[in-house]
Amino acid sequence: MEEVDVEPSPMLIPSAGFHQRHLGFEWGPGDLLVYETNYKLQGPRSAGSPLVHVVRKDEDICSPILRKLFNESHLIFVGLQKIKEDVPSKNKKSQFVSISKNYRSVIRACMEELQQNAVSAQDGSLASQYGDQVSILLAIELIWNLCEVLFIDAAPAGSLLLHLLDWVRLHKSDVDARAREVLQSESPAQHQSYWDVVISLVLQGRMDEARQVLSKQASLRAESSSVFKRMDVLLQTMPIFNPTGTQTLTEFDVKWRHWHEECDRCLQDNTFASNRHLETIVKILVGDEDTILEQKELLSTWYHFLVTRLLFTHPTIKPPDLHYYAQSSMNMFLGPRAPPEPLDIILLSAFEFDLHQVIKDCSIALNNWWFVAHLTDLLDHCKLLQSHNLHFGSNLREFLVLEYASGLFTHHSLWQLAVDYFDHCPEFGRVYLELQIERIPLDTERKAIKVLRICEDRQMSEQVRSICKIMAKRALRNNRLGSALSWSIRAKDAAFATLISERFLQDYCNKGSFTDLDLLDNLGPAMLLSDRLTFLGKYREFHRLYGENRFSEAAKLLLSLMTAKIAPRGLWMTLLTDALPLLEQKEVIFSVDQTYELMSCLEELNTGTKDSNTTDQDEDIESTKTELLRLALARNLAMAIVKEGTIET
Amino acid sequence: MDPTAKYISQKISRTRWRPVPAGLLQQPEVFAAGSWDNESNRVSIWSLGDNDSDTDGEFDEEPRLLCDSEHDGDVMDLQALSLAHVWERAHRYSCDNAPCTAVVCRSPELVSVGEDGRVILYKADQTEVVRVIENADSSTIHAVTFLRTTEVLTVNSIGQLKMWDFRQQSDSPAQILSLTGDRVPLHCVDKHPNQQHIVATGGQDGMLCIWDVRQGNTPFSLIEAHSAEMWEVHFHPSNPNHLFTCSEDGSLLHWETTSGSDMSTLLQRGWNSRVVSHSGVPLAGEDDSVVSSWLAGDSSKNRLEATHMLPSQTLSVNSLDVLEQCLVCGTDGEAVYVHRQLPV
Repeated sequence: MEEVDVEPSPMLIPSAGFHQRHLGFEWGPGDLLVYETNYKLQGPRSAGSPLVHVVRKDEDICSPILRKLFNESHLIFVGLQKIKEDVPSKNKKSQFVSISKNYRSVIRACMEELQQNAVSAQDGSLASQYGDQVSILLAIELIWNLCEVLFIDAAPAGSLLLHLLDWVRLHKSDVDARAREVLQSESPAQHQSYWDVVISLVLQGRMDEARQVLSKQASLRAESSSVFKRMDVLLQTMPIFNPTGTQTLTEFDVKWRHWHEECDRCLQDNTFASNRHLETIVKILVGDEDTILEQKELLSTWYHFLVTRLLFTHPTIKPPDLHYYAQSSMNMFLGPRAPPEPLDIILLSAFEFDLHQVIKDCSIALNNWWFVAHLTDLLDHCKLLQSHNLHFGSNLREFLVLEYASGLFTHHSLWQLAVDYFDHCPEFGRVYLELQIERIPLDTERKAIKVLRICEDRQMSEQVRSICKIMAKRALRNNRLGSALSWSIRAKDAAFATLISERFLQDYCNKGSFTDLDLLDNLGPAMLLSDRLTFLGKYREFHRLYGENRFSEAAKLLLSLMTAKIAPRGLWMTLLTDALPLLEQKEVIFSVDQTYELMSCLEELNTGTKDSNTTDQDEDIESTKTELLRLALARNLAMAIVKEGTIET
Repeated sequence: MDPTAKYISQKISRTRWRPVPAGLLQQPEVFAAGSWDNESNRVSIWSLGDNDSDTDGEFDEEPRLLCDSEHDGDVMDLQALSLAHVWERAHRYSCDNAPCTAVVCRSPELVSVGEDGRVILYKADQTEVVRVIENADSSTIHAVTFLRTTEVLTVNSIGQLKMWDFRQQSDSPAQILSLTGDRVPLHCVDKHPNQQHIVATGGQDGMLCIWDVRQGNTPFSLIEAHSAEMWEVHFHPSNPNHLFTCSEDGSLLHWETTSGSDMSTLLQRGWNSRVVSHSGVPLAGEDDSVVSSWLAGDSSKNRLEATHMLPSQTLSVNSLDVLEQCLVCGTDGEAVYVHRQLPV
């Protein structure tokens, strides 16, 4: 057995396991059933709790707002699978990046809605639940964004830092709010957060905005305006790499070093000694790590520290070198005593370009497979995952997507989404779907029709047959013979159609007339599904022909039913009895040959082994009927012979 | 223009516009949506909001929820009424409740049909049902529509259309129509708004059939509309040259007959290549000017064009409703799509 990565946390089940009773459990598709057994270690026997507990790991699936996440991401997922293989890779990369952004915008939309609900919720526990979900989604979006920058977009040196700056800016949005607050106040320069805002903007590399805020100060103090002008020039001249421009990375590097020396010179000259804030800023510009570290409160996270540090020391950082700085930044920021959180470890693994570790840690930390399944699928499309065969044969992407889809299938409503996910798992998807789809509860016909359509589209004939049989059996139990028949026609289930026909015939024998004539009269080609059904249809047709007084046709039909052996043996007596009125007509309907055939049928019936269970009364009735028939047949024969022997003059 | 989508966290089984008063040329703004397959289903009313404030003519407000209420079981059908009442156990089997599959109302009368094969007539203000046609059908009745004030038309799962006249005392249908050949279940039916003898049905195989109920036993034309069950078919109430269908295969089609100027030709030739024609005898003595373009089929003069209304393939579109220039539809992907500038 594998080693456990993380110690599992115990979960308390209320009202179970008291009085030292043992608990038994059983795995379900997405949850666990727990119950109290009768086994007790010690003490007298007493009645235990009769409850069965359903333990579910994933509560997110029941949240109505997160349902939107599942649905919208399902659309994006299906769209992603449809991207053609033969498109050149450069175009594909931009497509993948836009798909990644789509996913992220969906996450953000959900987050905003959850945030609104958290604020407006009246129930305290509900508000905190929403708050938890918001923070989880925030973390997810952070990780996803970083993966997009590092893996999907795979920016080279130069633009890598620009993307990382964007990433940090997106996730530290309070700077904008504070800057707005300061600028809109009456005297911005006197605002208490003024310098915090300026420094935060510098830390994020937003030089233009920092200059704009600084200019408010410069207008006040005329005497030190030269110092401010100097700072303004420094900030303005900071070179920023333009990936679409003609400047190469080395040219940029030269320019940047030039500027760096300029800043250093300012620092050595003590140009900004008069104003300690400006002194701090110039130290940051020079890339002094201790000064940057002092701004811990403004930075608030170690990855912000990392990016700022790189901005002012190594703007031309190459992706493989990233992880040295990441590790050291984290250590410097967090200090020796604070252990890193799971999120920090995941981000560090991302900086180290260890994709599998990222996925693994995310799987453990989150209680829902949504994030890892979709991210892994996208990375797999970018061909970034090496084929990593797991013990049970499928690759990582398929495993995660299958787990996610199986979780969806346990939901009473979201199972329809899961079908598409199974479709795109080439190795095991079909098997999973076959097993799961039969277990969906079918309350209405409409739901059954939808499930059947899913099965038929995928040629799952076993499942089609089984579902149709369930629906037909239910219809039969409710005496809806027409429905039952239409279900068995859909499944092409001859055996069931025979069963239904037997039921009809039974009804006929009991009541003397057919029920559901609208069905029987309009069977159409469905009649051919089973022999019994064909007989039923033809028998009904016989009755109709008789009702319309088309006797000769009716007679021919009746005879063919017996001679062609379509009619079941047990009903031959009934058929012959039906022939009786035809034989008794004034006109001769049955010809000589036909009468001979009828006679032979009757004899065949009588020479069959007698059922020993028949009572004397039954035997009497039988023999009376036979006598009547024999008499009628004989009379008819006589008349027919005479008629056929007569020459018409 | 693309329709706006709104995800409402429940699979939608029916959407219906709240009817606008006939005289005012208003666009409908409020619609109702019913959910299905949830542990607790809801009927919710949504409003599209004020569109006067938009200066650039873009209607891109999302629908806002006005109110919703719980519903026992899946919401199978919605119709607008001014009174509210519950008729318990109207549809039932001998030991269980049976799903009621469709409801149609023409105030103050209501007709409902269900999986138990009953047709039940109610009056909106009476607690007792007015009339029950027991065993109207041996199979499930999927949809119903009013033909005239006292006549309804039902479609069932063995492919038959049955006309019922409530003035007659007997419990048997006045007329039965069906396709020869395979008995494909029919799921939806709609009557032409001006001409009561023209009826459109949609079935399990996605075929759209146009019938003339006065004549013959077979449909007038068969059109291969969709690749899966067609859930709803609607004639546009004010401009009946337009027809809308939605289906399990995730598409919503807008059909338009573009008839030529010469409407007096009554020749029943084939339509364009998309369509399989199954024409009956020519209608004799028909008033030329009243002939609907749905029945007259000269391929050079009358063509049928279909356009997809939804931007991409979604899960099944379960329901749609059109009123004036607005279309609303609901899907199994838990999204409601609203299109406010239909080209009708």
